[in-house]
Formats: sequence, C-alpha cells, structure tokens
Amino acid sequence: MSGKHLNLKLKIWRQSGPQTAGSFVDYQIEVSPDDSFLEMLDELNNKLESEGKEPIAFESDCREGICGTCGLVINGQPHGPIPKIATCQLHMRNFNNGDTIWIEPFRAKAFPVLKDLIVDRSGFDEIMNAGGFISVNTGGVPDANDILIPKEVASESMDAAACIGCGACVAACKNASAMLFVSAKVSQFALLPQGKPERFRRVEKMVKVMDDLGFGSCTNTYACEAECPKGISIRNIARMNREYFLAKVKSKELEV
Amino acid sequence: MVKLDSKIPEGHISEKWTNHKFNMKLINPANKRKYDVIVVGTGLAGASAAASLAELGYNVKAFTFHDSARRAHSISAQGGINAAKNYQNDGDSIYRLFYDTVKGGDFRAREANVYRLAEVSNNIIDQCVAQGVPFAREYGGLLDNRSFGGAQVSRTFYARGQTGQQLLLGAYSALSRQVGLGKVKMYSRREMLELVVVDGIARGIVCRNLVNGEIEKYSAHAVILATGGYSNVFFLSTNAMNCNTTAIWRAHKKGALFANPCFTQIHPTCLPVHGEGQSKLTLMSESLRNDGRIWVSKKKGDLREPNEIPEEERDYYLERKYPSFGNLSPRDISSRSAKEVFDEGRGAKGQEAVYLDFEDAIKRLGRKAIEEKYGNLFEIYETITGENPYNVPMKIYPAPHYTMGGLWVDYNLMSNIPGLFVLGEANFSDHGANRLGASALMQGLADGYFVIPYTIGNYLAADKPEKLSVDHTEFENVKKQTEDLTRKFISINGKQTVDDIHKRLGRIMWNKVGMSRNENGLKEAINEIRELREEFWKDVKVPGDDKDINQTLERAGRLADYLELAELMAVDALNRNESCGGHFREEYQTEEGEALRNDEEYTYVAAWEMEELGKWKLHKEDLQFEYVKLSTRSYK
Amino acid sequence: MGWLSEALGSSIGKKFVMAFTGIGLILFLIFHLVGNLTLYGGPEAFNGYVHTLDIVKPIIRVIEVGLGLVFIFHIYNGIKLWWENKKARPNDYKISGKSKNSTLFSRTMIQTGSIVFIFLVLHLATFWWLFNFSGEPHEKGDAYYAIVVEWFQIEWYAIFYVIAVILLGFHLNHGFQSAFQTFGWNHKKYFQFIQKFGTAFAVIMALGFASFPIYFLFFYGGN
Repeated sequence: MSGKHLNLKLKIWRQSGPQTAGSFVDYQIEVSPDDSFLEMLDELNNKLESEGKEPIAFESDCREGICGTCGLVINGQPHGPIPKIATCQLHMRNFNNGDTIWIEPFRAKAFPVLKDLIVDRSGFDEIMNAGGFISVNTGGVPDANDILIPKEVASESMDAAACIGCGACVAACKNASAMLFVSAKVSQFALLPQGKPERFRRVEKMVKVMDDLGFGSCTNTYACEAECPKGISIRNIARMNREYFLAKVKSKELEV
Repeated sequence: MVKLDSKIPEGHISEKWTNHKFNMKLINPANKRKYDVIVVGTGLAGASAAASLAELGYNVKAFTFHDSARRAHSISAQGGINAAKNYQNDGDSIYRLFYDTVKGGDFRAREANVYRLAEVSNNIIDQCVAQGVPFAREYGGLLDNRSFGGAQVSRTFYARGQTGQQLLLGAYSALSRQVGLGKVKMYSRREMLELVVVDGIARGIVCRNLVNGEIEKYSAHAVILATGGYSNVFFLSTNAMNCNTTAIWRAHKKGALFANPCFTQIHPTCLPVHGEGQSKLTLMSESLRNDGRIWVSKKKGDLREPNEIPEEERDYYLERKYPSFGNLSPRDISSRSAKEVFDEGRGAKGQEAVYLDFEDAIKRLGRKAIEEKYGNLFEIYETITGENPYNVPMKIYPAPHYTMGGLWVDYNLMSNIPGLFVLGEANFSDHGANRLGASALMQGLADGYFVIPYTIGNYLAADKPEKLSVDHTEFENVKKQTEDLTRKFISINGKQTVDDIHKRLGRIMWNKVGMSRNENGLKEAINEIRELREEFWKDVKVPGDDKDINQTLERAGRLADYLELAELMAVDALNRNESCGGHFREEYQTEEGEALRNDEEYTYVAAWEMEELGKWKLHKEDLQFEYVKLSTRSYK
Repeated sequence: MGWLSEALGSSIGKKFVMAFTGIGLILFLIFHLVGNLTLYGGPEAFNGYVHTLDIVKPIIRVIEVGLGLVFIFHIYNGIKLWWENKKARPNDYKISGKSKNSTLFSRTMIQTGSIVFIFLVLHLATFWWLFNFSGEPHEKGDAYYAIVVEWFQIEWYAIFYVIAVILLGFHLNHGFQSAFQTFGWNHKKYFQFIQKFGTAFAVIMALGFASFPIYFLFFYGGN
C-alpha cells in the first residue's frame, strides 16, 4: 500500500541435513515494505523454485503470532528486532533500503537443525509429556463454577499460559536454557487450585526431563524475557525455583 | 452402493442422546486395550479425541504434519466458546443454544446433532476448567461471559483474545499426559496421504514422513479424521499456511461422501490484501464492529485519503441498508455488502477494502475508552499495516475463514465408510450453511471429548472389525501408488511454481465461487478449474528430492487436491438453486437483495459421491425440522 | 540422601548452590569491608582490630574453613555451570544479538569471577598468609598496618587490586539480584528495589575496597 521497494541483501543459513555442515548463502531481493518477513522469504522461494533451485526450508503456519511454529534468528535476535512479536508478525517496513540481514536457525544442542532454518523442538513435547498437565480424565469433573478462582490469580495464570512454545527463549539464552518455557507451564498450573494437588510431582518431573534433554541452566540474564514474543515474565522462573525447592523439601516421593 | 442413513435415534430431541448412549454397546475396560485407533490431526477435535480414547484404554496412534500437536490451527481462534450454562441468568438454555445454532445455520443442519452439541456444551466448560484452562473470571471468582453475534444471551466463555489457544493447549496437555503414559503413540511430522479401505471398511492410513520422505503404513481397528477445513482452496484465507484438504479429500476419493462443499464462511473483518506477495489474511475481531462505523466514498474511483473525504460524501452503507442492525449485521450480509460496494468501484482508495472508522466512537467515548476496549487490536493492526487506526480509519475486507462443508457423517460421526469417523471442521454436521461465532471451538471439543468416546465403542463392539496387518496387499498397493504419485510431482519438471498455480486457483474461486455466485460464473469456474488442473499436471515445477524435507512437494500434493475439490465446490454451488447462509446465489434473492432460501426443494444435505474425477453423484439426506420452525432470517 | 544430591545436582539445584554460597560470600564481604575501615583510623585502630581477631583465633579458624568451603563450592559450581552451559549450544550464532537482550554484567560472570579468583589467590598469599603465618607481625605489634601500607604502595599491586574489586562490583551487580531470583523471591512490587539495591551494594563494595589502595598509593602521608 505504501512506500518504495527495498533492496536487501540476505545472508541465509543453508544446511542440507542434521549431519552436514551448513553455511551462509547470499541472496539479493527487492521487496515491498508492506510484506511480512516470511512473505519476503516466500517470494524468494518462489523465485528459486521457478529457477529449479531448492527453496529455503523454514517453518511457519498461522502467521498471526499464536501457533509458535515460526522462529528465525534475524541479525542475532530470535524473532527479529521488534519486541513482543513472532517472526511472522515482523514487517519489512522495519528495515531500510540497502540493509544486510543475517538469517539463522535457532541454535541449541537440544534443538538440532533438520534442514536450513528448520529445527527439531520435540524436546518441548517431551517435557510436556512428563508433567505439563493436570491429571483429569474426560468426564466426571465438578461444575466449572464450583472452583472459585480470584480474578487476579486467573489473570496471572493466563499470563503464563500465553506461551506459544516457539522456543525463542532457548534460542535467546546464552545457555540455551528452557527455563522460561518450562516455568510458564509450571506456573500456569501451580497458581490454579486445580493444579495444586500434583504441583510437586509436576515440577520435579518436568525439570528432570528438561535437564536430561541437554538444555542449559538459567543464569538469570533475562534474555529470554526480552525476546519472548508473548512477554512471558521471568517471575515464572522464580516461581518454578520456589516450587522446585518446596517439592524437593516437602514431597514424600523419594523418586519421581 | 452408497446408502445414506443418518442413524438419528428415536425419541424426543432432548432424550435422543441419552437414550442412544444407553442403547450403545460397550466394551469391557480390560478389552479396550485390544483395540487400536488412528487419529489424524491434533487440533481441538483430534487432540481431545485421542486423549479421551486413550484414557478409556484404547491404543491410540495420533498423527500431525506439524512438529508438535500444539500447533494446529484451532490455536488461532480468538473470541470464545459457547455453552448453555446460563450462569448469567439471562434465559439461556440448551434448547436456546440449539435453536440459535439451527437458525444461524440457516436451517441446513441436522437438528439431532445440533441438539447434542448444545447438550454437551456445558460439560466442555467443566472439563476445560478442570484441565486448568484459565478462563476469564469475575472478582468473585466465578466465570465471566461475553456476548457474541447471532445470540441475545451472554453465553461465551473466553480467555482474553486467545480462547482457541487455551482450549487447544488444554486438549494438548491431556494428550501429552497420555503420550507420557504410553497410551498414545504420537507421530508428528507425518502427513496422511491415503486411507486404506479393505472390503469397504477403513483399515488404516498411509502417511509421508515429512523428515525423511518415507511412505509409512499404519493399520488400526478404526480411523478418525480431524483434519480441519479447506478455506485455503482460496489461496488467501485466514487459515494457517498448512491447513489443507488432503486427508478428507483422499478419503473422499476412496468413497467417503463429501457434504455441502459449497458452504464456506467469509468473515467480514479481515485485513485487506496489500499486494502480490500476500501469503494469508489476518482476521480482526468482529467486536470492532460494536464501535467502528463502516463506510466508503459515494463516488466511484475516489482516490482521496479517507480524512479528505467530507462527511456528506461518505456512504455508511450498512447503516443505510440495515438500519436496525447497522454495522452489526451478520457475517454473510456484511461481507456481501462490502463486495457490492467494491464491485461498484467504490472500494477504499480504489482497493479491495472498506473503511472501519473509529472517529465518532473516539469523539463520543474518548480515546482512553477506545484504547481500553480495543487497544490490543489496534496494536495488531498497526504492526501489520504500519497505520495508526486512532488517526486513520482501518481498512478491512472479507476473507474466507471457515468451511461448514466436509465429509458426510451420521449421528455417530461415522462416514459412509464403516470405521472411518470424521470430527470437527472436517465433517459437515453441525453448522448448516453458516456458523455462528464461538461455535467452532464448541463443536471440535464436543466431538472429541463427548461424542466419539461413546460412538466408537459402539462401532467396535457391534461391528467387531478386524485389524489387518500392514503387510496386507492393499496396504502395499496403496503405499506403492502413493510413492508413485509423490515421485510424479517431481518428475513433471515444468515451468510454473506451486504457489503461482495456487494463486490462480484462488482468484477463480474468489471471483466465481466466493461471496456471491451465479450460474454462468460457476460454469465458467468449472471449466477454468479443469483447465488449470490440466496445466498443473503438465507444467508444475517441484524441485528437490522426495526422500528429504521438501516443502514444495508437500504443497504440490495439497494443491493437487484443491484443484479437484474446487470443482466439486462449484458443482455443489451450481446444484443448490437457492441462497442460504454462506452460499449466496445472485439469481435467488429478494427485491431488497436478501438471501432467498428454497425450503421446498433444498432442505437437504448434498452429499457427493465421486464416480470419477469430474463426475459426482448426488445423494440427498433430507432434513427434518420438527423442533425449530423454518423461518426467514431478517436483520432489517 | 540420594534425593538431596539429585536435587542439588539438577539445573535448579546448582543455581541454588550458587545463590546460597553467593549470599554467604556477600555477608563475608560486608564484614571484611567494615573491618578494613579501621585502616582509616590509623595503625593503632587497625592493629587493634587484628589483635582482637587474634584473641578469638579458634573461632576464626572454624569460620575460615567454612568460608573456604563456600568459596570452593561457589567456584566449582560456577565453572561446572559455565562448562555445561557452553555445551548446551555447541554452534554459536554468527551474529550476536546478546547486547540487545541482556546486560554485560549478566553475561560475564565467569570472566569477572575468574579475575576475582586470581585476585583472591594473590590476596591470600600476601595479606592473609603474612598476617597469619609469617610469624613476624606477632612480635612487632604494629606490623599489620605496615604490611598493608607496604603492599598498597606497590603500584602494580594497587592497580590490580583496584581493577579486581571493580570487577567484583560487576560480579555483585548481577549476582546480588540473581540470588533473589534464584531463591524465587521475585515479586512485582519489590524486585525492582532489590535490583537497585544490588547495584548500590555493588558500587559501595567496589568503591569501599578500591579506596584502600588508592588512599595508600596517593594520599598516605607516610611516604
């Protein structure tokens, strides 16, 4: 709708598979400032395809910042330079004509690159499988209004539950720690009365799997919070620490 | 020979489901583990079904093409979920929710299914709360409700503007628990490419492993498809990039009937297309229409900035045409009106867009009040468009959003192929010709949590299907065919990219099978789709290898199916000589331009059987309205 | 007690050890600085302070052993964390965006900590060893003060001392509030205050300790 086209130089990480070494490849592109960042890559891919070249593999789905599928490191920052948005919500008007843009995949031992800019984040699912739930079966639950939850508690729980599981926290952390992701889920349930019965078991199990998967540990640099597209607070990490100490001290289960 | 039997239970509508549950055969708890069930799709319907079935003891194999079950497009739903709790004491009831949904669907849905949906809606809310879904609360700690289009009661439960996300994550967490317990085996990054049918019974599926390209075979006692809708046939829609029709379409080609394919919902408040590079459309919450006024210039081809157009030269066309509902007219009507003014050459600055203006509301309520109500939405708008809606009117335009049509299912949610069940948006069952806001989430979860766990047990107990080995010749055949097809896409080696062809298909569909349709246009569309399909098979270009991550190959397969489905949509739209809900035929309207239903001839579900590509046989399921009186919707 | 070692060996447990020992060391620093302030009271005040400590030597020895253990745990755990965290990202980014999302202090704990450790060794080898085991000061009552003066007037030593305590300030600036976060004491209302207090504390510690070499190098009249 507006403005002149931008001429950009892209340096994009290409890697044909998990076992192969990757490298940066240069591309030149002219793009409308109204395009989103991923639309720019679509256009580049369409051009590559029409030339019979293999397009750049990258993931995205909803393109509304909620599904958590997309995630690129743009000039060193997960989801790019604008705070509190996902890569799909980044628009080209935030760049200047002549800019060079470096595009890298999320990098972490626990997130191996599958191809180009696609990484394997299934570790998050494994953590969830260990304890990211409230153990209730379908049916046989009390009426929804039988459980009173103060508005501010529901709201705080919702703040944590807003996590989209994109992995930007891991990508941003210098230690590739998954504490923000895990703590958001632990917090959501620890805050609610429904989640209290198994709060100790939950945090112990989730932390154990998180550690086993090779994520680093938190050193409180708060880079995760700064890059989180949903602004998930590091207070959740504090809460998880607290939950974990309490669990270790008070829980009667010797092993989880 | 296909025979449609809706299997609606006997009795008064309020007792049908209860009676049916009692009459269904059960499987003893210890025996459930002897049954394998495949669930394709992990959105609201798929995840809730997989989790619930595993809790009962079945062995579930769940499939998603995403990297994780949490990514399904249910996650994007914003507004909320309906339930007949009547917590607000405003006269809501199961019967009223049932009534509103049947009426909202313009009397083209099955009464018994809709009633059951309304009946279990309350259990859904209880279930979600127990799972830890942080719904909005009042200060007293009770659940909060809001009102939504098409209803005069406050029955919508919500979690900020992210209700779909929270409900999906709730179902995903239940699913995760079962994966952890080993009752569900999760197959992510797998795309279902074929249904395996032996002796007329669904036996399993064939998938492509999207990481290494292997074609894999899976067998089970029953197959559940919960793979969502097909709005992406339009290329530009509010659906996620990867939403596709492949699973249900290939099942259709194996004999499953496709019902009401032309019923698509076009949502009126989406952001307009910005240019050729546009990849998808973004929905802006309908709540904006509570305070925003919709207008365009009275003059054709007016290229002035909106702020330069004086008041007397503006046409507030919804307020003019529908004085009592005005800017809050229903989705289909608002969408069509926007198209009309654009077709007259009066789109905002000549573009496919109309203005949604908050100037008056800001004057009346103050900027602060508007900020409190819509601040979040205004921010999203500014992020995407770079324009500040406090100063410049928003530009909006309708976009394809939801497909009411889908595979035909009976009351048990089983298709005409025994052993093949279809849930959620992928089936046709509950919304008729138009879906009300906050009802999609309700249907997905109703199907998954509270319907399929009962009905699948009845099928397994009564029909006693046998599980075949994946070494069975039919599995081998289907695998081989799938491999051949996959390689064929790559071997064509033409000149056009998948997206370029998809965009052309999208334009045909948008112009001729979109918001309003007519006989000539539909006939043209059918020819154009056929030509384009031929072009695709001759001239598409898919680089890369089939034994690797190959996203172009994935998209090519999906487009191939859209190119076939598109034709059936046009065929269905051409067959239905009436206007109802999301289906508007220009020939069938009142003098005032309102939709004109033909209840005499079209009170039926059009279920299509594919005889060969380009040739479908129509099966009619007549709809009986015993409890809701057929009437004309009026919003004047 | 398998559960305890498992708990302390977990990622959160290791952080807990860091925070717990860190708080212990912070307490030590406070006592140390306050004690050292007697240097400004002249030889008698300072020597008197050291003599007082001499009287309760057995208790001091126990504390010293405890303190030593705290130091060792803090350092051992810190290095272990650093090494494991490095392994969690085997291939680093080509372009670093770290300066845009985190503070320099938080990212350089291992570097500032290492330099402070080198300083600690030197510091023990000079003051602590001489005070305790050289035998000499005990014979001449005012020798403690003299030793301090002597060392602080060595330029390289004084400069290194100043640099080291400034880096100690960097270390504390992050470490102080970090310990609270690790213990889970992060509340919307109070955490900003804790962060500011931590910074003020770090500045006071750095300035306080740096003041001694600066004073004796430039302003001490005894030259």
